[in-house]
Amino acid sequence: MMGAIQTGSDFLFAAAIQAPQLRPEAASSIAEGVDHLYFALTFITLFFTFIIFSTILVFMVKYRRRAENERPPDTGEHLGLELTWTIIPTLICVGLFLWASSLYFENSRPPSASTEIFVIGKQWMWHIQHPEGVREINELHVPVGVPVKLTMTSEDVIHDFYIPAFRVKKDVIPGRYSSLWFQATKIGTYHLFCAQYCGADHAEMLGWVYVMSPADYAAWLAGGVPSQTMQQSGELIFNKLGCASCHLSDGTGRGPSLLGIYSKEEELKNGDKRLVDEAFIRQAIVNPNSVVLPKYPAIMPTFQGQINEEQVLQLVAYVKSLASEERKTDGK
Amino acid sequence: MTVHSAHPPGFAHQFEDMEQQREADSLGMWVFLLTEIMFFGGLFATYIIYRALYLPAFEIGSHQLEVRFGALNTAVLIGSSLTMALAIHSAQVGKRRAQVGFLITTMILGAAFLAIKFTFEWHHDYVEHLVPGLGFVIRPEWGAAGQHVPMFFCFYFFMTGLHALHMIIGIGVLTVLTIMAHRGRFTPEYYAPLEVSGLYWHFVDIVWIFLFPLLYLIGGRYMGAGH
Amino acid sequence: MSTATIDVPEVPTGSRVNYLNAQYGVKSWLFTTDHKRIALLYLVSITLMFFIGGFFAVLMRLHLIEPQGALVQPETYNKLFTMHGVIMVFFFLVPSIPATLGNFLVPLMIGARDLAFPRLNLISWYIYVVGACFTLYAVISGGVDTGWTFYTPYSSSFSHTSVIPTAVGVFITGFSSILTGLNFVVTIHKMRAPGMTWFRLPLFIWAIYATSIIFILGTPVIAITLFLLALERLLHIGIFDPAIGGDPILFQHLFWFYSHPAVYIMILPGMGVMSELVTCFSRKRIFGYSFVAFSSLSIAIISFLVWGHHMFVTGQSIYAGLIFSVLSFLVAIPSAVKVFNWTATLYKGSISYDAPMLYALGFIGLFTMGGLTGLFLASLATDVHLNGTYFIVAHFHYIMVGGAVMAYLGGIHFWWPKITGRLYPDGWARFAALVIFVGFNLTFFPQFMLGYLGMPRRYAVYPAEFQVFNVMSSAGASILGIGYLIPLIYLTWSMRYGPAAGPNPWGAKGLEWTTPSPPPTENFEEIPVVTEDAYDYAESTVNRG
Repeated sequence: MMGAIQTGSDFLFAAAIQAPQLRPEAASSIAEGVDHLYFALTFITLFFTFIIFSTILVFMVKYRRRAENERPPDTGEHLGLELTWTIIPTLICVGLFLWASSLYFENSRPPSASTEIFVIGKQWMWHIQHPEGVREINELHVPVGVPVKLTMTSEDVIHDFYIPAFRVKKDVIPGRYSSLWFQATKIGTYHLFCAQYCGADHAEMLGWVYVMSPADYAAWLAGGVPSQTMQQSGELIFNKLGCASCHLSDGTGRGPSLLGIYSKEEELKNGDKRLVDEAFIRQAIVNPNSVVLPKYPAIMPTFQGQINEEQVLQLVAYVKSLASEERKTDGK
Repeated sequence: MTVHSAHPPGFAHQFEDMEQQREADSLGMWVFLLTEIMFFGGLFATYIIYRALYLPAFEIGSHQLEVRFGALNTAVLIGSSLTMALAIHSAQVGKRRAQVGFLITTMILGAAFLAIKFTFEWHHDYVEHLVPGLGFVIRPEWGAAGQHVPMFFCFYFFMTGLHALHMIIGIGVLTVLTIMAHRGRFTPEYYAPLEVSGLYWHFVDIVWIFLFPLLYLIGGRYMGAGH
Repeated sequence: MSTATIDVPEVPTGSRVNYLNAQYGVKSWLFTTDHKRIALLYLVSITLMFFIGGFFAVLMRLHLIEPQGALVQPETYNKLFTMHGVIMVFFFLVPSIPATLGNFLVPLMIGARDLAFPRLNLISWYIYVVGACFTLYAVISGGVDTGWTFYTPYSSSFSHTSVIPTAVGVFITGFSSILTGLNFVVTIHKMRAPGMTWFRLPLFIWAIYATSIIFILGTPVIAITLFLLALERLLHIGIFDPAIGGDPILFQHLFWFYSHPAVYIMILPGMGVMSELVTCFSRKRIFGYSFVAFSSLSIAIISFLVWGHHMFVTGQSIYAGLIFSVLSFLVAIPSAVKVFNWTATLYKGSISYDAPMLYALGFIGLFTMGGLTGLFLASLATDVHLNGTYFIVAHFHYIMVGGAVMAYLGGIHFWWPKITGRLYPDGWARFAALVIFVGFNLTFFPQFMLGYLGMPRRYAVYPAEFQVFNVMSSAGASILGIGYLIPLIYLTWSMRYGPAAGPNPWGAKGLEWTTPSPPPTENFEEIPVVTEDAYDYAESTVNRG
């Protein structure tokens, strides 16, 4: 059965490639896999619809009422048939579930060495910042063939970052970070949509993704002339807000040292173990009392409302950079 | 309808006999209570989720409540459940005056609950600026957790308010029942309205039995933590 | 089974006392406790709501003929799709079959004189009307633009429209559903005629029973959710708005905990109607009675465990996604079992093509498509691409319109002679069924294509490359709109001019066909005693009459 589905879906897949207006462009490393599953499902849909339709048609013609007082025989029940058409769909469903889930599992885990880009959604535009400091609005430039990880948040309502050509989509939610990764495989220009209804101009909250060769991308980045990288902006904010007066780098301050804290697992005062990731750092800035480390007093004020999401992201970038600096010192 | 020309008091035309009607009434109330459980259940689940999320704020909020009044009200309500059960018992054995007496006692206890709730507790909260939307003041001594204390009070007023609304409806039903009982409408054969209203009344009590610890008691007040 | 009532002489409607002519005047309708009259009250109200909701849909499809939007401003478009969704889901689809056909048929089918609580039944209708008034007030006072899903924090903190009246309207209407469900459960448990055992019940009753369970257990949760939403909007307490400490995703969990089972509220009664229609017009006992009956119950139960499949792209954990995915695949199986059993029922039958049967066959086809495309959305990897696009729109319209509305119309056509005592012109009815089938497919099939190509839903304007499919869809919608108007005309016409119907014009089985059309107020002169299984066509000698 699965073999027949495979053959059928391959045939449909081949046919769809011939008719480009019926298939969205496939420009990421996961698009082919998703499309294969899509066509397998299409094949199953057509197959069963055909079986049911044709059976009904045959019965309708063959057993049409020929006389008004006709009394057909009682065919009763048939346990074997019932079990057959319960078990076969169950098996198909289990097969599809395993296929779809393993694909999803693969697709949702970013390779560790990904380029990071930060996305902020707000009514009704996409605000994007590269670590190098280059900012863009409703445009996203990425290099081809390189895994890219997006860290996203929203300043107001829930949005959804959707690139059909990459077959990727993720809600962008206020108050938390969500992430998404892809690896573009084809140079070109692709649609970027907001796929979660977000208010009056929801339909205008769209943009373009430019996939460039690495050389073009480097040139584009250089041409952006950013005044400073995200990490540098973050450092400025860090000093301006006086964070450094408590978070001393030697660990003797009233707050923990942030040197090397990123990507460590920390045990909190309440006993929970948490991985220090972007979301954790954000939470520590906007709701510090919820992530107090043992040995430190809960005295940090919240910075919610005092800095915007972009500045939080820059702070996050800065704290992350402190980790890599430590690694450098370790290496010596 | 002509089929049942001589029917007993309280008998509705759509039923075949009294027994069927009694069973239907009782099942109807149980199904209704199932709905109520889902209703309060959704609210309790939300409360518990936010309590876990903002534990310090919810503990501070809980500490602002007067346990004495909550405990007193718990006692009052349990007493009213007892008198309600006694009223049904009096109907089963056909004592009309006892029925009316117990029903009125139940109503008085229910009203006492509401009086304590509104005049002592809610009024106290209002004076203390603890009512969200009506001049809530976040006190500096609550510290950083203070910003979420209004959320606790929103849940507090919503949950106790919804419960009080159920009490008020219950007292309304009891008023009708008292009049019916006074007119001798209930007999040892026919007392289904009393019985299903009793189920409702006990349910409202049970909701309070959950509300009281959730809002007043848990939160470490008696474990010496924090303060 | 009582045969006394079958031999009612053929007299023109009007000369015999029935529930329609027993009393006259507006008062006799507004204060009735007769389940049959209440069913008609519902029929009129939900038909009104259906055409209001349909009007919004027509405006939307007209607007989308051009990529830049042909008709209205984006703000207005957003209100159109919101009001379309709110009205169609909460005020038409949820009450459609249960409140009209269910109300009319449950006592008749189980051999009772009325529902267990007739006054409660009338109160339910009034509650529905009050809820509908709140929502219509929201429409008039400027509309609401949150989408029927009311997602926070947009609905709680950002929208400037009449969110609270709409939410209050839906909240109130919820109690109508709860009380109706309660009434059905008690009636089915306690009021069955002598001999009417659980496994002799028509499958329509099983479906209504399963639906009532969802009413009772699911509706309170959305009631409390919408109440919290209104509270949040009034007081800004931060339950759902993250800017003040809330969790917007929690709203989605609570919302879908009801609203996914609500999908089955809409389709389960339709499946029940299907079992009645398929058996009657093939003159066969249903194939696999107990499998069809228990599949209704298992759908009702599993439907409470699949809500998370609406939230695969919200960033919920991968493992939660896996669990919701496998449960969503599971819920497809009982539906498949039903389709196979209906098909098998036709085998060696005596199939006639009366109008209700055409609707039934249309249902099986469209529901099969709708159900199978659900697998695309239960599959995690494809759902990521298809979620939030027109694929979703097409999928749930195949279920709710292709499935539920087709079944509703089929049921109305089937029991119309019983309800009104009149026959409608069969030719027109078959023609309408065909027009609706064609119009429906032309409207919604292109939307599958649009979704796969990546067009997000709820877009007032769209990139030009999507125009071809949008124009096709709009063309289909105009055909579909006409298709829905035709039955409105000839059914209304038949109430006055249609030929009188006998007690059993289709030669169908079931207690409702043993009493005259229209039935007397007390349903049966004498409560029947049931001695045979449901759909016992083989031994029967009941003829059309």
